[in-house]
Amino acid sequence: MSIQASLTHNPKRGERAIHWLYRNHIWLFLTLSILVFSLASPYFLTVNNLSNVLTQGAFIGILAVGMTMVMIDGEIDLSVGAILALASALAIGLQDSLGVWPAVMCALLSGAVLGFVNGSVVALSGMHSFVVTLGGLIGIRGLVFVYTGENALMVTNFDYTEYAEIYLGPVSLTAMVFLALAAFFQWILSSTRHGRETYAVGDNIQAAHDAGINVKRHKIINFTICGTMAAIAGILLSMRLGTAEPNAGKIWELWTIIAVVLGGTRLTGGFGSMWKTVGGVLTLAILRNGLRLLNTPNYVELIVMGLVLILALLLDQALSPRTGR
Amino acid sequence: MDEKHTAVLKVENITKRFPGVTALDNVSFDIRAGEVHALVGENGAGKSTLMKVLAGLHKAEEGRIVHRGTEVHVTSPLDARLKGILLIHQELSLSPELSVAENIYLGAWPTNAFGVLRKRYLHDETKRALDALGCDFAPDTRVGTLSIARQQMVEIARAQAFNANVVIFDEPTASLTDGEKEQLFATIRELRQAGAGIVYISHKMDEIFELTDRITVLRDGVVQGTRNTVDTELTEITRMMIGRDLDAYFHRAKSNFGGEVLRIEGLSKSGLYKDVSFTVRAGEVLGLYGLIGAGRSEVVETIFGIRKADSGSMHWLGQKTEFPTPRQAIDLGMSLVPESRKEQGLVLNMGGRANTTLPHLSSYSTAGVMNHGQELATYEKYREALDIKTTGPDQEVSTLSGGNQQKFVLAKWLCASPKFIILDEPTRGIDIGSKSAIHQLIAGLAEQGLAVIVISSEMPEVLGVSHRVVAMAEGQVVGEFTGDDLTEENLITAVSHHRAALPAAAQ
Repeated sequence: MSIQASLTHNPKRGERAIHWLYRNHIWLFLTLSILVFSLASPYFLTVNNLSNVLTQGAFIGILAVGMTMVMIDGEIDLSVGAILALASALAIGLQDSLGVWPAVMCALLSGAVLGFVNGSVVALSGMHSFVVTLGGLIGIRGLVFVYTGENALMVTNFDYTEYAEIYLGPVSLTAMVFLALAAFFQWILSSTRHGRETYAVGDNIQAAHDAGINVKRHKIINFTICGTMAAIAGILLSMRLGTAEPNAGKIWELWTIIAVVLGGTRLTGGFGSMWKTVGGVLTLAILRNGLRLLNTPNYVELIVMGLVLILALLLDQALSPRTGR
Repeated sequence: MDEKHTAVLKVENITKRFPGVTALDNVSFDIRAGEVHALVGENGAGKSTLMKVLAGLHKAEEGRIVHRGTEVHVTSPLDARLKGILLIHQELSLSPELSVAENIYLGAWPTNAFGVLRKRYLHDETKRALDALGCDFAPDTRVGTLSIARQQMVEIARAQAFNANVVIFDEPTASLTDGEKEQLFATIRELRQAGAGIVYISHKMDEIFELTDRITVLRDGVVQGTRNTVDTELTEITRMMIGRDLDAYFHRAKSNFGGEVLRIEGLSKSGLYKDVSFTVRAGEVLGLYGLIGAGRSEVVETIFGIRKADSGSMHWLGQKTEFPTPRQAIDLGMSLVPESRKEQGLVLNMGGRANTTLPHLSSYSTAGVMNHGQELATYEKYREALDIKTTGPDQEVSTLSGGNQQKFVLAKWLCASPKFIILDEPTRGIDIGSKSAIHQLIAGLAEQGLAVIVISSEMPEVLGVSHRVVAMAEGQVVGEFTGDDLTEENLITAVSHHRAALPAAAQ
């Protein structure tokens, strides 16, 4: 209330600022984190470190791009971590028999197919996606263990790991892929029919159905996108590590959801954007990196991250003009 | 001052601002004990906001509330209820899974010293309140199983149970039949007799003049004046509300009918409707009259493909057709303006522009990419044509008033130039000015050659806009009236006669 009162002299400008802030609080948070860590650690604000942050954050970021599509739809996908592990294992495991690029294509396809299956089960059975993809999380992880024989697969042709070393200035290939995908799907959300349908389905599925939108097909498409994104992240991870661990990406689905929610996209659907998600991903990555630079013990790091998440959501609530309704 | 003129609640200089609007500007008025005080105004005039301030849902920036002689700060709806101020919402706010008794005491459940619910007391007190109102259901009935009218009685029973001295009704008759309405009025008069101050918010002027003692008019958040109901008349009140005289209230399209657009025959769905047949021609407005629950909405939803019928056939433009999906219905040239804006009509987090084009995205996109310019042009065209007040194409429709929301629902279903449009309760809960505009619009559509079906529970509306009326009761067509036969009497007889005949038929 006091914020509004103090801005009455210039209502147009003030309102717009408030409006922008309430929709993009994450960037405020991000700026704040950068400021704090810059002051706290001399190693933080270096090109080298920030380049690292971006690359490390990009894996969760790519998962978050797909998750954002699914979450604006009002659904959730808990199986992305497992799909990432499977794609990573296939990309390395199939190389010897199929060659590098066919193996990568297979990995990509596995993600798309699993996403398609997730979406089909959700859309056609009417079960909640939380339950369906929880099953996916466990089942697909089992599949990874079967395929890898519970061992880490090693790449034999080390040319494969060279791709991860492609840099454009300080920006790694992984980071480039993340930013490109985020930009592309932001464009999908804001400027295409599919994007418009995503918001409509997530916010009011009945109205969307009555407006002639094929809600089922629509949801299947977004789950397929989400699975494909997970596979892309898995492939990039295998390039970077040169190995595929059966436990890769464990609980990454949770970090992904945290990043998306931190950005301001709502779990209830119908509201969010890729820019918010980019903000959420970067904030999360910077917090992890900054706390590590300060030699924070791992468990303290978790406590801080948990607090930040809740704080960010409280800020979202406080800045939203809808409170009190 | 005698007892009758004691103000039980006084509102003094209340100002409430929302981002971008001043919803209430220095509003003062008082509610006396033992009176029914009407609060009228167009949508967005600030009536609901004012009541929400009184009920503790909003906090005013300026001004004070004096309750029984002392200034009070109402902090929450529960706080208001404990003080004896009770708001009965337009859209009822009960928990369907809880019992009547639990709902009445929601948030203020009587407990013993250990915090355990006093079930016996809860039951007995609720029973007392229900009996006082003459309700025919038990305290342990699950609320979700009750009709809207009975649910409303549950809310009123709250007033009894808490000994409320101020009871605010916000559009209470929106979903009631005439009989239920009479019962509600009797209850309100009893509450008045008992000395409560009652605020009655409604768009229905006949009710206001029938029921209330004084009328306060709001326009754009400013009080235009208070009148004794007996000393004023409709024209004065409407002039105060809209600031001008109202044109003729209803507009019926000129009768210039073309060929048959839609014919349905023997449409049946078990439990909802049975053997429903009718036709509608180009340029014709067909009214579907009946009480709530007569199956009218279900029938038109079947035509539009939202529901499936068990049996029956459909002819579209003279050709026998399968029942469509909503997508196919839209592509054929049908539009359905649904009954509930919030549940079926609008995507509330989206702007007016995106809502308008939602059913027709393929016309506004090339290879899946939205054509923003074309979309904006359509939005502007309809915003202007329907006189919709927004701050911009992307202002979320959730922040608009009911009338403006309804206009976006209309824009959404008009912008593809349909051949046939169904309007389900198109003027429910919107103000007179907008109502009249919508009636003009309906007439205009028919004159352009569209076939129109209007569903309405308001008798004057059905009679005013329709060329022909099909009456429905209990899921069946009970009469069809046109020309001189199209009278209030005939419609009521058809609908109620059927009701009276039913028990006999059942035995």
